[in-house]
Amino acid sequence: MMNYELIGISVLWLFLYGYIIIAFIDFGAGFFAFYARLTKQDHVINKLISRYLSPVWEITNVFFVFFYIGIIGFFPETSYYYGSAMLVPGSLAVILLAIRGSFYAFENYGSKNNMVYLFLYGATGVLIPASLSVALTLSEGGFILKQGETASLDYWALLSSPLSWSIVGLAIVSVLFISAAFLAFYASRAEDHAALKLMRTYALFWSTPTIVIALTAFIFLGQHNERHFQNMMDLWWLLALSVACFMIAMWLLYRGGRYGMAFICIMLQFFSAFFAYGIGQYPYILDPYITIQSSVTSSSMGFALVVAFIGGMCLLVPSLILVFRLFLFDADYVKGNK
Amino acid sequence: MGIDTVLWSKLVTGMTLGFHAIFATLGVGIPLMISLAEFIGIRKKDLHYILMAKRWSRGFVISVAVGVVTGTAISLQLSLVWPNFMKLAGNVIALPLFMEVFAFFFEAIFLGIYLYTWERFKNPMMHWLLTIPVVVGAGMSAVFITTVNGFMNQPGGFTFEGGQFTAVDPVQAMLSTATFSKVFHVLSSAYLTGAALLAGVAAFAILRKGVSAYHKKALKLMMAVVLVFSLVNTLAGDVSAKFLAEHQPEKLAAAEWHFETESGADLIFLGWLNAEHEIIGALHFPKFLSFLAFGDFNAEVTGLNEFPIDEQPALVIHYFFDLMATIGFLFLGISFLYFLFVFWKKRNELNKWILRMIALGAPLAFLGVELGWFYAELGRQPWIIRGYMRVEEAATTSPSVRILFFFFLLLYIILGTVSVLVLRRMFYNNPAEVEMETWTQRASDKSTLKGEHT
Repeated sequence: MMNYELIGISVLWLFLYGYIIIAFIDFGAGFFAFYARLTKQDHVINKLISRYLSPVWEITNVFFVFFYIGIIGFFPETSYYYGSAMLVPGSLAVILLAIRGSFYAFENYGSKNNMVYLFLYGATGVLIPASLSVALTLSEGGFILKQGETASLDYWALLSSPLSWSIVGLAIVSVLFISAAFLAFYASRAEDHAALKLMRTYALFWSTPTIVIALTAFIFLGQHNERHFQNMMDLWWLLALSVACFMIAMWLLYRGGRYGMAFICIMLQFFSAFFAYGIGQYPYILDPYITIQSSVTSSSMGFALVVAFIGGMCLLVPSLILVFRLFLFDADYVKGNK
Repeated sequence: MGIDTVLWSKLVTGMTLGFHAIFATLGVGIPLMISLAEFIGIRKKDLHYILMAKRWSRGFVISVAVGVVTGTAISLQLSLVWPNFMKLAGNVIALPLFMEVFAFFFEAIFLGIYLYTWERFKNPMMHWLLTIPVVVGAGMSAVFITTVNGFMNQPGGFTFEGGQFTAVDPVQAMLSTATFSKVFHVLSSAYLTGAALLAGVAAFAILRKGVSAYHKKALKLMMAVVLVFSLVNTLAGDVSAKFLAEHQPEKLAAAEWHFETESGADLIFLGWLNAEHEIIGALHFPKFLSFLAFGDFNAEVTGLNEFPIDEQPALVIHYFFDLMATIGFLFLGISFLYFLFVFWKKRNELNKWILRMIALGAPLAFLGVELGWFYAELGRQPWIIRGYMRVEEAATTSPSVRILFFFFLLLYIILGTVSVLVLRRMFYNNPAEVEMETWTQRASDKSTLKGEHT
């Protein structure tokens, strides 16, 4: 007898992590493209940004849908609680994602450099993570009212909670930090020194707010959900690892040169913090209503999903490697010679 | 208030699906056309066909973008607007939804590669090969999603205990009795619609700007596809009707306004109902309903009155069904006529009236797809999972769904308008003939340059 709930949640958490990294790069890139236009520095970085984003924009979106379908597949009950409670923030996120995705294509294949598109692209890049981060806040419990058979969101509790605002803030600064660090790396590969200089400044600028807001959110979590906080404190070594990775990344960024290494350190920083958070929340998906054991789907469906997942990966991993070789790591393409 | 929320939930979902269906159909249909054009272009060494593939794929990206975002919207709305449905059905339909994401992912990856690698391979067939995963991925997405729809119509692969689906067999649930006919009809109509659109565009261009080699070739190729798939689609429609007669008789009976069970039943075309449910002003095709339902003019067809009133679908679907079928047969007629004129030397297939009909066919094809889906969805109601869960039990209880309807309406208006504007700019300001000229110019410049180097 396999533990489908454990396999399921681990894989999904890993995918959510993957989504956060690639989507945050994308979201932040939108913001920087807009900001650069406002400060008349667009000639420096916008070409670089669009070269990176052109081939990957749909892939980001699919990661998100994959996570969502996966979680309702393995844990159908989440659909009921989160679906009922997230109707408004979720729909707003969907609308923003729709605007962002389609306008990206319109801009890219239709008209270039339209200010309205750039604004939408920049604004949605900040607002989407803000609205989606509500789901993480909800999982801490205390925001969903249950009356008889109906579940609904307690807006007042949500909007007046310092925890929810600190999570929103953390989502936004992380977007800017991760994205700036990645684009600095991408610029260094493209040997685009002007863009590199600008992106490195942005990365350094957003690093301190990231760590400060992360700590703030952690403290508010302690006030809101004692159990989760204590579990995370028991995983102190993961948190320490996260801070250590952050320090190394800062040092590498500050010194300049090894930008790839710096970005890997940032990925590890988020990886360890994200998993400390996730493992600390175990076994709850939604405190106190859903645990992974109470909501897991039948074992036959669990088995089918795992098989489909492995089969799908056998198909996708080689294709993704092909994409990366053709676009991301093909030095000529990155430099704009192809 | 409860009823109101259910109504708005239906409206928001119906609107999203109606809008998504346009782009989903294009998403399945167009890749096959791109692939055909590029293949013929490479084999015949005819740059016109290569240009077709290029231009179509450029326009296709816009429709994919809207398809992706509306597809994301509908998949999230399944949980957000129908939380009770997903809680119950998620146990059974998660597998095809999951696989659909993979199929789409696969398609998206290769589409991305395809778009950015036109000049990167020495052997052009390598580039053409990239269309295969795109066509297959798009087709498989349609197959998986259609199995979910099949499940909602013909739930199976589980036992129902204490309000829960237990002993779930996800593969059997996917392969319900509805699956084959639905998948067949969805795919054949998507290919038909894709070809009808591109043929319509070519016909429209010829009508406006006169005959050019590019549009003439595009028209002929696409009309050939229309001919083939309108034949296949007619067969698929027939298979679907026979499936309904056997497994979901109330849907067929409501669509045909067939109230009393009888043998040798008439097929009723259009008409209207008076207060006593008597049919007025309709065309009657004697015994044709029995033939449509069972392939036998004297077979017995179950009437709608066999079903409790509160389990009968809305009777308006009669018009949806009739119009959908009419549009299907129109395509058969137009494409036959076109090829009759092509082979009959005395006649010109580029006759103004034929071109006008073909151009008009493009919007009609989409109308047919929409009517077909609305027939399929309304015809299943009041059930959301036939026999197990009614629509009103599945909907959200949050009254916010009403205001969200208007947000989504605004979104779709904006997306629809902007995509039309972008497509217009993409093609009007850059006509095929001009692009062809600059392209061949550049190609010859390049070869002379190379010549100088060696």
